[in-house]
Amino acid sequence: MSYQSIVQWSLHVWLLPAALLVVLPAQAQSTTDVPTVAAASDLQFALEDIAARFRADTKLDVKLVFGSSGNFYRQIEQGAPFQLFMSADEGFIFKLADLGRVEDRGALYAVGRIVLFAPHQSSFKPDAQFKGLKSALTNDRIKRFAIANPEHAPYGRAAEQTLRKLGLWSSLQPKLVLGENVSQAAQFATSGSADGGIFAFSLALSPAVSKLGSYVLIPAETHDPLRQRMALVKGANISARTFYNYLQQSGGREIFKRYGFVLPSEI
Amino acid sequence: MDWSALSLSLKLAAWTMVILFPIGIWLGRVLAWQDFRGKPLVEAMFALPLVLPPTVLGYYLLVALGGATPLGRFYHDLTGQQLVFSFEGLLIASILFNLPFAIQPMQRGFEAIPIEVRDAAACCGLSGWRTLWRIELPLAWPGILTALVLTFAHTLGEFGVVLMVGGSIPGETKTIAIAIYDRVQAFDTAAAGAMSATLLIISLMAISFTFLISSRFKSRRHD
Repeated sequence: MSYQSIVQWSLHVWLLPAALLVVLPAQAQSTTDVPTVAAASDLQFALEDIAARFRADTKLDVKLVFGSSGNFYRQIEQGAPFQLFMSADEGFIFKLADLGRVEDRGALYAVGRIVLFAPHQSSFKPDAQFKGLKSALTNDRIKRFAIANPEHAPYGRAAEQTLRKLGLWSSLQPKLVLGENVSQAAQFATSGSADGGIFAFSLALSPAVSKLGSYVLIPAETHDPLRQRMALVKGANISARTFYNYLQQSGGREIFKRYGFVLPSEI
Repeated sequence: MDWSALSLSLKLAAWTMVILFPIGIWLGRVLAWQDFRGKPLVEAMFALPLVLPPTVLGYYLLVALGGATPLGRFYHDLTGQQLVFSFEGLLIASILFNLPFAIQPMQRGFEAIPIEVRDAAACCGLSGWRTLWRIELPLAWPGILTALVLTFAHTLGEFGVVLMVGGSIPGETKTIAIAIYDRVQAFDTAAAGAMSATLLIISLMAISFTFLISSRFKSRRHD
């Protein structure tokens, strides 16, 4: 290989996939396929549990994809083959309903809560009044603090509102590391590379996360409610519909509750 | 348009290029002229970033450089800083990730120098440094220049690793590629479009430049 051929080679590597991309979307989804559910990343653990129970109860199957609600919104707007969209921000569902991409304005399935988390070797202990964090901040013992990016992640927005309300925003802002979504914020906060962070209660309740440190639930009054809404995408098949209903019945609701979500009936 | 992200990316690219310049020359020469046991494996290791997803490197960096690891602690004790979520951490990632882009073109450049030329230089009593400076570098320069330009351009385009170990800190780890992603996420298509176009133009210019160098070099060799 000459120095030139390296450049050429790296260009060629892209040509085949690009050609495939032109061909592939022609494959349409059939009505009997296993439906794909696009779910906000705060549902990571709860929804896996619900899906497992759903499979056992109904012998039907669903595929779960986790990511940022904004990304899913854009993909569904462009016709991505998801059949159910579970957003962390109900605004996206309303916008898709107005565009006629989803069947209706859907259903509120849960209201999210956030926690203040500190890993084991952190410089502060979490408490609901944020006293530990405040004193660590004044003593300059906070190096890095993780939240989801408030510019686009609903859980990041809630974290910012809380920190503003408690008067910590301006002193904490230079220390912030921003996760692309709430799951990454949790990963940053628990990694030991940050002194702590704010992320979804549903993630903190998972043993994989909770064993890495301690946390307290943040009072719901400190931020706008994280109203999570879902809707069936137009053309959803019977499995997707069954799953949509299952999520609103006792089996699904019980697991949402176990993962710290507030149920619509409790508001 | 996020100017601080653009200048951070340019700074990262420049530092990566500067640090890989001597490393690439050294490793390029060794791999071009020396045979040793396990050479294919060594070459394969340096070429790995061509095929590995950036997330693999990102994962290992998170595991190796984090505040709770021996290496992360050692660096913290040494400098009072941490590697994850810092410019220095990104620079390490970037250097590792650009190794093949720096080494391979330089290696091809040195391979193109006939052994007789080097023998003649040695016969004339030129020292190693003088041979490098007066004979080898002038002959291998198209490869070296290509390597530097590719390294620079490739760093500007780095995304996966930065997303995993950066934390999107303005002026520290929020590179232009991350800023574009953030703007798209925030539905700010105007800013995302402007930054994408900027990056497209810079990258196209860089790649065109390497093609220009090699075509010049080829035609000169055929004269």
